[in-house]
Amino acid sequence: MNIYGIRAIYHFEMARTFRTLWESIAAPVLTTSLYFIVFGKAIGSRMGDIDSVSYGAFIIPGLVMLNLLNESISNASFGIYMPRWAGTIYELLSAPVSWVEVLIGYVGAAATKSVILGLLILGTARIFVPYEIAHPLWMISFLLLTAVTFSLFGFIIGLWADNFQKLQVVPMLIVTPLTFLGGAFYSINMLPPLWQKITLFNPVVYLISGFRWSFYGIADVHIAMSIGMTFGFLIICLTFVWWVFKTGYKIRN
Amino acid sequence: MTADNPALIIYVRGVNKTYAGGFQALKNINLDIKRGEIFALLGPNGAGKTTLISIICGIVNATSGTIVADGHDTVRDYRAARATIGLVPQELHTDSFESVWATIKFSRGLFGKAPNAAYLEKVLRNLSLWDKRDVKIMALSGGMKRRVLIAKALAHEPTILFLDEPSAGVDVELRHDMWRMVRELRAQGTTIILTTHYIEEAEDMADRIGVITKGELIVVEDKNVLMRKLGKKQLTLTLRQPMTSIPAGLSAWSLELTDDGHALVYSFDTQEDETGIAELLHTLSDHSIEFKDLRSSESSLEDIFVSLVHQPKEALE
Ligand SMILES: Nc1ncnc2c1ncn2[C@@H]1O[C@H](COP(=O)(O)OP(=O)(O)OP(=O)(O)O)[C@@H](O)[C@H]1O
Ligand SMILES: [Mg+2]
Repeated sequence: MNIYGIRAIYHFEMARTFRTLWESIAAPVLTTSLYFIVFGKAIGSRMGDIDSVSYGAFIIPGLVMLNLLNESISNASFGIYMPRWAGTIYELLSAPVSWVEVLIGYVGAAATKSVILGLLILGTARIFVPYEIAHPLWMISFLLLTAVTFSLFGFIIGLWADNFQKLQVVPMLIVTPLTFLGGAFYSINMLPPLWQKITLFNPVVYLISGFRWSFYGIADVHIAMSIGMTFGFLIICLTFVWWVFKTGYKIRN
Repeated sequence: MTADNPALIIYVRGVNKTYAGGFQALKNINLDIKRGEIFALLGPNGAGKTTLISIICGIVNATSGTIVADGHDTVRDYRAARATIGLVPQELHTDSFESVWATIKFSRGLFGKAPNAAYLEKVLRNLSLWDKRDVKIMALSGGMKRRVLIAKALAHEPTILFLDEPSAGVDVELRHDMWRMVRELRAQGTTIILTTHYIEEAEDMADRIGVITKGELIVVEDKNVLMRKLGKKQLTLTLRQPMTSIPAGLSAWSLELTDDGHALVYSFDTQEDETGIAELLHTLSDHSIEFKDLRSSESSLEDIFVSLVHQPKEALE
């Protein structure tokens, strides 16, 4: 195991974040604060509680997930796309590092960043809305697992993309809609029966439901289902990455 | 020679490369690099120099063939093989936003070496980059960026150093610095493989020379042997009286009239024992041909290179 190599990649990626601290951290925190002011305070005060949780508190887990998914994907995809685009990938390819080590470095850094961001948003939310966390260990586990899974997913996108548009298209056209429709702002019990069924095909529903359960003990789908799906996505992403490296897809000529 | 011969540091056998588009960039390359030598790879644009280097360094996959670097197969035992190799690429690919110091620290770590600030400081000082260590790379000039790439390649103390056109876009001073450094590295036992389009550079620096054209390695030879084998000498006699044609009595020598009949040029092979100069001069005085000046010149590596690339078969006969 080339530990120094992993550490070099991880530090490089973290340094990139700290260089752009403002964009990386401040923008999502600010945006989320706006959500809390608009949905939590202004509109939320007129909404009834959902399963005896105030609306402002109800949307917190969903908002954190929304950011976690987007940030994990964009951090990891950008991280590996940049050296491909700038040509500096020659060094990575000529270095005595295996792809597992490269993955640990990039995905580890991307996941670290999005977990930090998730925690910051949780902290910010506390300023606007009082909330409790019923199962802190589960909360942290969901946060970590989701961050790692979607950083892996982002890494794959970063390898696949051959221009900046493609890099942004997946988060924008797929992840954001799925998160909004995945029960970030409502309980799926509030939907008409047919839509309740259709919604179950949306993978993000399981992530948000499970994450919300770790806060308030309420869930749209059974918690075991959420845990199973979270691990399921992780395994799918790992398998896909394994296949990518096995075939050398788009990495070496 | 075999791959486990300790005198060999790089062993290339039967390497072919066909790019995805179907273009065959390398054709059955066989090459041995000796430990501790400076090897110059020459060839026109698109000959396949960078492709060959990229394959040895692990950036491009060979279509077929075997490469052993310092006793390690570059595919099966890639970790050990790559740890011994440093590469300065042809293109100036740098992380614009990183500082010089951060980028060379990164390179050292990436290649699996424990941090060593004293060594990295020495590398930067040798390349006159120490003052620039905290500068962001994007603020450096092209020549400075080239130095940064050299520093990155040396950061993990490689025993084999590839320099792909290190003198492209580099001023005279840096070129001198660079060649001084290359000689120092060689003195410390580093093997250096470089490509260049400046043939005088290869002539100056290299122990051995390989010429590649259209994906084929057409010559690999000791530099001095190559120059002796393919080099031609010329004797130029400036005549007191211009001539209109070469007298029949001189047909035994390959002579040529130039400069409107003011100069007589005799070309001879440096490999022959008898140059024929003494007899020629005798015969000239027999014919009462007087000359006021006499000059001899040797063909440069450049002439040799051009003749090799244009008619490799004939030149090698
Ligand atoms: N990624 C690629 N895909 C397809 N063809 C390529 C690729 N890279 C190089 N080639 C082709 O392979 C041939 C050899 O290229 P290479 O870069 O090895 O030449 P070179 O000898 O280094 O030339 P130069 O002196 O210009 O640097 C060229 O014809 C080039 O167009
Ligand atoms: Mg080249």
